[in-house]
Amino acid sequence: MRSKKKTESYARAFRAAFPHTIPVLTGYLFIGMAFGFMIQEKGYNFLWAMFMSLVCYAGSGQYLAVNFFAPGVGLFQVFCMEFMLNIRHTFYGLSLLERFEKMGKKWLYMIFSLTDETYSLFFVTKVPKEVEEEKFLFAIAVLDHCYWILGSGIGALLGQVFPFDTTGIDFAMTALFVVIMVEQWMEAKNRKSVLLGLGAGLICLLIFGAKDFILPTMLFILAGLLPGYRRFEQEVAEDAG
Amino acid sequence: MPVSVGRSLVIIFVVAGTIFCTRFLPFLFFPPGKKIPPIIQYIGRVLPPAVIGMLVIYCLKSVNVSKAPFGMPEFVAVAVVIFLHVWKRNNLLSIGAGTVLYMFLIQAI
Repeated sequence: MRSKKKTESYARAFRAAFPHTIPVLTGYLFIGMAFGFMIQEKGYNFLWAMFMSLVCYAGSGQYLAVNFFAPGVGLFQVFCMEFMLNIRHTFYGLSLLERFEKMGKKWLYMIFSLTDETYSLFFVTKVPKEVEEEKFLFAIAVLDHCYWILGSGIGALLGQVFPFDTTGIDFAMTALFVVIMVEQWMEAKNRKSVLLGLGAGLICLLIFGAKDFILPTMLFILAGLLPGYRRFEQEVAEDAG
Repeated sequence: MPVSVGRSLVIIFVVAGTIFCTRFLPFLFFPPGKKIPPIIQYIGRVLPPAVIGMLVIYCLKSVNVSKAPFGMPEFVAVAVVIFLHVWKRNNLLSIGAGTVLYMFLIQAI
């Protein structure tokens, strides 16, 4: 009885989560397919593409990884480049520490599956009243992961069967982030932060160049956010009082 | 395949391990039960929109504005995505139309 109830509440969570994941579904199918095309051109079939998407599960990280399948690339270099590219995920986790405390056994999977898009969804979607938050977040994470694996498999298969000019298909990733940014912008309280991210990114890109600007940008953003901390402390104190 | 099956698997696991590491770090330092300092809580609240802004720049980092076509395909496509999204607020439309337009712009022109 109890397990049946559990299954039902998971089914409800997945049904409630699905509509919210549609933007990621479309984005991941596109970006996943683009990854599938690229890895397929390197001589890895759809099973490799799907396996990689299963265990790595990172958009830009996997795009970058395509370049590592070449003679003479050292594993330390692979580690360093992937670490630098994905260090932003460390900051994502900071904002989810409390919410993930309630995840129970699913905790480790939730951390593993914390991609840019899943993270953004956690912040733009409100948990419906009729479902439990931990099951709802888990459903979002699992659905997104499935779209990603599916997209990369389809891309690799299509690339094998109908080779065509895919130049520019990776713009889907840009479009996805722009859409998320517009959504964030609609909430007035986020605007300062959005502008800070854009400005810091642009300035650091001009100073440090395309290869090395991510880490300085993150430091710039953190420095830019600190002045707002005083006000936050006051708000918290007022709430408590 | 440019490298052996064994080597390919090693590369995949190094990539997967590294990415997991970047996601796991904050949870390692602040495990459940340990009090999270207010400054970290604050950062967690204001950081997300800023990171999205940064990621948009990250996606456009390779655009060269000093050489033809001066980043025009990117700017036009981004503008169209923003316009469509503000207008219709339909993700599939914004992402799909933007990507197809961009592919057309850089392949045909």
